[in-house]
Amino acid sequence: MAAAGANISKPGSGIYAGSGVALMLPSWLIIGLFLLIPVLLMLVYSFLTKEFRGGVIWEFSLDAYDQFFFYRGLFGDEPPVLEWTYIGIFWRSIWQAGAATIFCLIIGFPTAWFIATRSGANKSVWLFLITIPYWVNLLIRTISMKFLIRDTGPLNEWLMWIGVISEPIHMINTNFAVQLGLFYSYLPFMVLPIYASVERYNFALSEAAADLYASRWETLRLIILPAVKPGVIAGCILVFVPSLGAFLAPDLLGGAKTFMIGSLIEEQFKGNAGNWPFGAAASMILLSMVLVALGYYARQQNREA
Amino acid sequence: MNKLLLAGTTAVALTLSAGVAQAAGNLSIYHWFEYIPQELLDKFSKEHDVKVTMDTFDSNEAMLAALKAGKLGSYDVSVPGDYMVEIMAQEGMLDTFERSEMSNFGNIDPQWIDVGFDMGRKSSIPYQIGTTGFMVNRKAYKGDISSLSVLFDPPAELKGKINVLDSQGEVMALAAMYMGIPQCSTDRDQLKKLNAQLQKSKESWASFGSDIAKDVLVSGDATVGMIYNGFGAKARSENADLEYAYPKEGYVFWMDNVVLLKNAPNRDNAIKFMNFLLEPENAAAVTNYAQYISGVTGADKYFIDDVKNAPELNPPAGQKGAFIEACSQEVQKVYDTIWTNLKK
Repeated sequence: MAAAGANISKPGSGIYAGSGVALMLPSWLIIGLFLLIPVLLMLVYSFLTKEFRGGVIWEFSLDAYDQFFFYRGLFGDEPPVLEWTYIGIFWRSIWQAGAATIFCLIIGFPTAWFIATRSGANKSVWLFLITIPYWVNLLIRTISMKFLIRDTGPLNEWLMWIGVISEPIHMINTNFAVQLGLFYSYLPFMVLPIYASVERYNFALSEAAADLYASRWETLRLIILPAVKPGVIAGCILVFVPSLGAFLAPDLLGGAKTFMIGSLIEEQFKGNAGNWPFGAAASMILLSMVLVALGYYARQQNREA
Repeated sequence: MNKLLLAGTTAVALTLSAGVAQAAGNLSIYHWFEYIPQELLDKFSKEHDVKVTMDTFDSNEAMLAALKAGKLGSYDVSVPGDYMVEIMAQEGMLDTFERSEMSNFGNIDPQWIDVGFDMGRKSSIPYQIGTTGFMVNRKAYKGDISSLSVLFDPPAELKGKINVLDSQGEVMALAAMYMGIPQCSTDRDQLKKLNAQLQKSKESWASFGSDIAKDVLVSGDATVGMIYNGFGAKARSENADLEYAYPKEGYVFWMDNVVLLKNAPNRDNAIKFMNFLLEPENAAAVTNYAQYISGVTGADKYFIDDVKNAPELNPPAGQKGAFIEACSQEVQKVYDTIWTNLKK
């Protein structure tokens, strides 16, 4: 009994002692095979010369990054000026992903709170209900959303039937539709981590705060939010990062009228452009931005800990 | 009844897989999505005792990229469009064959033998021929639809009601026809005007989308939509108000071809398959399924009535389409910039 207790309190000192390297091996293999090698490959490709109609020539070149940052006119022979096109595309994607994250947070936090404060069996039912739609393929869900919100779709027809509106609200092919799509696609990624945090929250703390005359708002701001912050931040990252590279919602619900980061990169590989180094460079720039943001977050966390 | 059906299909599937297990050879096809009926593949499989596997792609460029990225050598045949045949030949991705290798070579409609992208048909045979134009919901718009201006300079009532294909080649080619300038022009003024025209046209467009092209027209989300004629015929069968336009400035004419790929692992079976597709009955099976024009003489005997009478498949006399041209590297670079400008 005592021995078992010792094992729990000091991980690594028990039966698994000394096998740390072997235990790490599977995760290193996965990280190496599926993360490091592809990213390195992309990094190398972004510095190669583009071959006409796809492919690369193995010669060092900065053309891809040059194309991203400098514009030389329609024919490429004017003096270079800062290229706003791609920065604009990135900015729009970041803005959309940010907005989706905020909406998910606004709806996701109370939802997670609600679920976490239910009693045992109810909790499982609610969690189950949250995850049910996600057993269906994302593409199908996005197309269904399109059917729902089209001018002649059920949502508009219902609103007209109950007399709230007399003309259909035009939603399809707008930024609103893209937001709706992103929000719907990634909501559970916000709810689940926050739920996990709230579940561990010790509600005696709220009672203590109330005993000490804290208002409800002060309790939320000073006691609850700091306690569940890791869940909130994890949720935000899990929503923001995939939204940033999303192209299903912008394509299907937004009408693909403007490139998002995802569709811009896709076009370099699958479209007429056939510019692999540029696609790789755009991916690397995106990846660097995400890494810098995550690195900053990790440092903040360490400082607090 | 359903149970019976299920039992029936299971039995068939079992016999098929049993047959497959003993098949003498393999054939690996790289094909467009939804472009060949499964029954036809099964028929070939049975007739020649060959196990057929098929992967699909959704654009010529995507196929080229996949083959370039290392898939060449794993497929026997593919189905590129006209200009892509030329590009693949330039890239050294195609193998050649002799006419004598195919007993049905003579079935190819003579006008499709000496084609610009493969003179004398040394690496390819015709698969399906179609046009790209636009379709209009005649209930919602009753004006004149005989000009490409409906797409590029539409009247105010069509603003925000137009879907265009999310395909650089087709949009650029139609825009050039509308403006009366040659495709892949190297003239700077013309290119600048093309850029300006597209920027202006875009203000009236609701969406870019290829796979949704039929759906938005059928549902009424779009009143006007760029579309392939066969896809258009299917759209009309679901919504009778739709009419395929044959604009006076011209329309895109295209031809998909079965090509013999370089380093094909099963070259013999690839030749057998191409020969099989030149059999009028089999060619007609493809047309009846995909609803495009066949390039095989005698196939029309086997057409179903829907295909025979479809206005989308029977252009009025005197109306001419043009193939999309493969631009030079310099022009393609400008085209890419224009396209990115359009979607920024």
